[in-house]
Amino acid sequence: MAKESVSIDKASRQMIKRAASEGIETVWDRYEQMQPQCGFGSLGICCKICSMGPCRIDPFGEGPQAGICGANADTIAARNLIRMVAAGAAAHSDHGRDIAHTLKLVVDGGTRDYSVKDEKKLKEVAARYGVETEGKDVTQIAKEVSEVVLNEFGKQEGTLTSAEVYAPPARVETWKKAGVMPRSVDREIVEVMHRTHMGVDVDYKNLMQHAIRTSLSDGWGGSLIATEFSDILFNGPEPIRFSANLGVLEEDSVNIVLHGHEPTLSEIIAAVSQEKELVKMAKDKGAKGINIAGMCCTGNEILMRHGIPVAGDFLQQELAVITGAVEAMVVDVQCIMPALGPLCDCFHTKLITTSPKCKMEGVEHIEFHEDKAVETARVIIKKAIENFPNRGKVEIPQEKEKAVAGFTTEVVFNILGGKYRSTYRPLNNAVIEGRLRGAAGVVGCNNPKIQHNYGHIAMLKELIKNDVLIVTTGCNAIAAAKAGLLRPEAASMCGKGLQEICETVGIPPVLHVGSCVDNSRILTILAAVVKEGGLGDDISDLPVAGAAPEWMSEKAVSIGMYFVASGVYTVIATPLPVLGSKKLTKYLTEDMEKEIGGKWAFEEDPIKAAHMMIRHIDRKRKALKLKPPMYKQAFAYKE
Amino acid sequence: MKKKIFINFNRCLGCRSCELACAVEHSSTGELQSAIYSGEKPGHRIKVEDYGRHAIPVHCNHCEDAPCILACPTGAIHRDDDEGPVLIDASRCIGCKMCVQACPFGMIDVSFDGKSVLKCDMCIERLSKGQEPACVAACITKALFFGNEEEENKKKRKKVAEKLVKTQQEEQKN
Repeated sequence: MAKESVSIDKASRQMIKRAASEGIETVWDRYEQMQPQCGFGSLGICCKICSMGPCRIDPFGEGPQAGICGANADTIAARNLIRMVAAGAAAHSDHGRDIAHTLKLVVDGGTRDYSVKDEKKLKEVAARYGVETEGKDVTQIAKEVSEVVLNEFGKQEGTLTSAEVYAPPARVETWKKAGVMPRSVDREIVEVMHRTHMGVDVDYKNLMQHAIRTSLSDGWGGSLIATEFSDILFNGPEPIRFSANLGVLEEDSVNIVLHGHEPTLSEIIAAVSQEKELVKMAKDKGAKGINIAGMCCTGNEILMRHGIPVAGDFLQQELAVITGAVEAMVVDVQCIMPALGPLCDCFHTKLITTSPKCKMEGVEHIEFHEDKAVETARVIIKKAIENFPNRGKVEIPQEKEKAVAGFTTEVVFNILGGKYRSTYRPLNNAVIEGRLRGAAGVVGCNNPKIQHNYGHIAMLKELIKNDVLIVTTGCNAIAAAKAGLLRPEAASMCGKGLQEICETVGIPPVLHVGSCVDNSRILTILAAVVKEGGLGDDISDLPVAGAAPEWMSEKAVSIGMYFVASGVYTVIATPLPVLGSKKLTKYLTEDMEKEIGGKWAFEEDPIKAAHMMIRHIDRKRKALKLKPPMYKQAFAYKE
Repeated sequence: MKKKIFINFNRCLGCRSCELACAVEHSSTGELQSAIYSGEKPGHRIKVEDYGRHAIPVHCNHCEDAPCILACPTGAIHRDDDEGPVLIDASRCIGCKMCVQACPFGMIDVSFDGKSVLKCDMCIERLSKGQEPACVAACITKALFFGNEEEENKKKRKKVAEKLVKTQQEEQKN
């Protein structure tokens, strides 16, 4: 069985130990059983697109160098990669579509359980899309905005409005010049499937051009829409306290873990859970009350807006069940391990699927629809309460770290600028003066290939030590919260410049901006920094870098690609499955930068990766002719 | 009794992971990514052959009375000890390819530079560390396994015994 050392997180270690002692298999055991993993797959040179195959290319150049159709390693690896981008873009964008559709239901009278909570944001979005707001009531604006935006997904002509109006003009110019301007969301994903069908696109560069286009339709399209419309429906987040790690589960309460990605149902469950009738029902069953905890990005969505505690990140989903204290784990879509089904059979935990897109054999399915959200939420909570007396032996780790989240494109730098100077100017100035060396977006999943949370935390600590301000999302954010990096007190771990800023403003050095669709906030932050001026005309001029030190999902590939395509140097741990094609690897890690302003890098050691990011930041500072960092830097080197 | 590589070809799915693992193991870095990018061609010493729709892994059997050792004029092909694998000392190889002709299994190939031959060494370095040969470790379906002749024979005999007993019981029932 897996050793505790697979994680650096104390609470996780305790539960891994418990699993081992009970003979319960976890992700780390399955990872061990899967070794060694297939070399052809990891190099991206296995093709099973048509039934003449499967084919694979000998990476040593001795055996076959082309599949049966004649596709070589470059074509095969590029086709496989672009399909990953399509899947990632589809996941984010389908999420975005559902949120936009919920707003449409609100104005059409299709649901009474939701409403427009953030009128200011609605009007801002309306202005971006060119929807006239003057003299119209909120419902009318919401109706027009939701119609315009829903049309963006499948429109047949023109280009994606949001990419054009949210991104800096110089960036849009670069995209147009490179011929990668996305035309709509769904169209790009469909075209990936067409191009990669047997006997269509062979040229790896042409395939990558479309990979870029598709990823942009995610970052500046589907994901951005998900973020903007979640803010409209559930309110734009503001700084808020929450706590993180398995210790948020309560021994004497009915614990409901909300896991997955979308806020639509989880928002309602969180709100309904404190209804008097339900709380009384829980008390009648011997519980103190009802405790809601998040997990993965559903967790991020509800902690950003309500400060609801988060039980853990992706690799802790099984561990939460292993505490024996979870009455119900309610899941929607994405990153839900199929292993939860058999695992929950070993415990009293009720696993409940809720999305028509995500069902599991033998698992109770309570389908969620927006028109009866509250009703469904009550049914689910009652199931959890009824399950409370069925508990077996409970062991909840004590670890529970305090953290602050709720930073967004709108609020974070208002805070930095102060109430009366709410602009990005102080941030830009801090970079220009060298108080900040630069900024980095550190995001992404967990992956058993990397010691759990080590990749995230080691990288974050190394960056903040070098005066690099961090914005974080997804499971990196949860890891950071657990390690205490989302507290203003983490300023003491920073370089002097970043420390001064954190202490003056009272913010943590790592700013939690939301779930994985909220990586779009990082894009809009970058756009706002460019607009503020003094740091070049384009995102690719900025002294910034991106990273995903424990990535695993196809969504992460799409995210990485849209950051690179937006001009951000992006370092990921496990290499993309493309190394079997030397040409494609060179294109992604070198040549792409000339065309689009950003490029990929692969580095599994988080400290080395952080140093690569810092070197990139320094190169950008030099190009902008900025002063050297104000204070002595921990990572110094000779060119 | 030393172990040898056994093949259960019914389990072979033809993924060629054994071939890849063998090449990586015999590369200078011993690691997939760097081995490919170094440009070297370590070659693989196990081959997945096809026969009809079947994939059959074929490997060096390290013959007791090895024809390759007999054919080698320079003593490059040798055994370090009586029970050990048949090895090739590339520095003594003159590239005459006598061993290639002599091997009844077709398991000795000329190396890419033509100066020596590629031959299974049963991953003696891995064995000394208590590991199984790379091809065996890479086989996800256990079509290749590293076993002891005596134990494997015992297993087979048990199966024969089981079959006999069951047949007899069936007959008695009727």
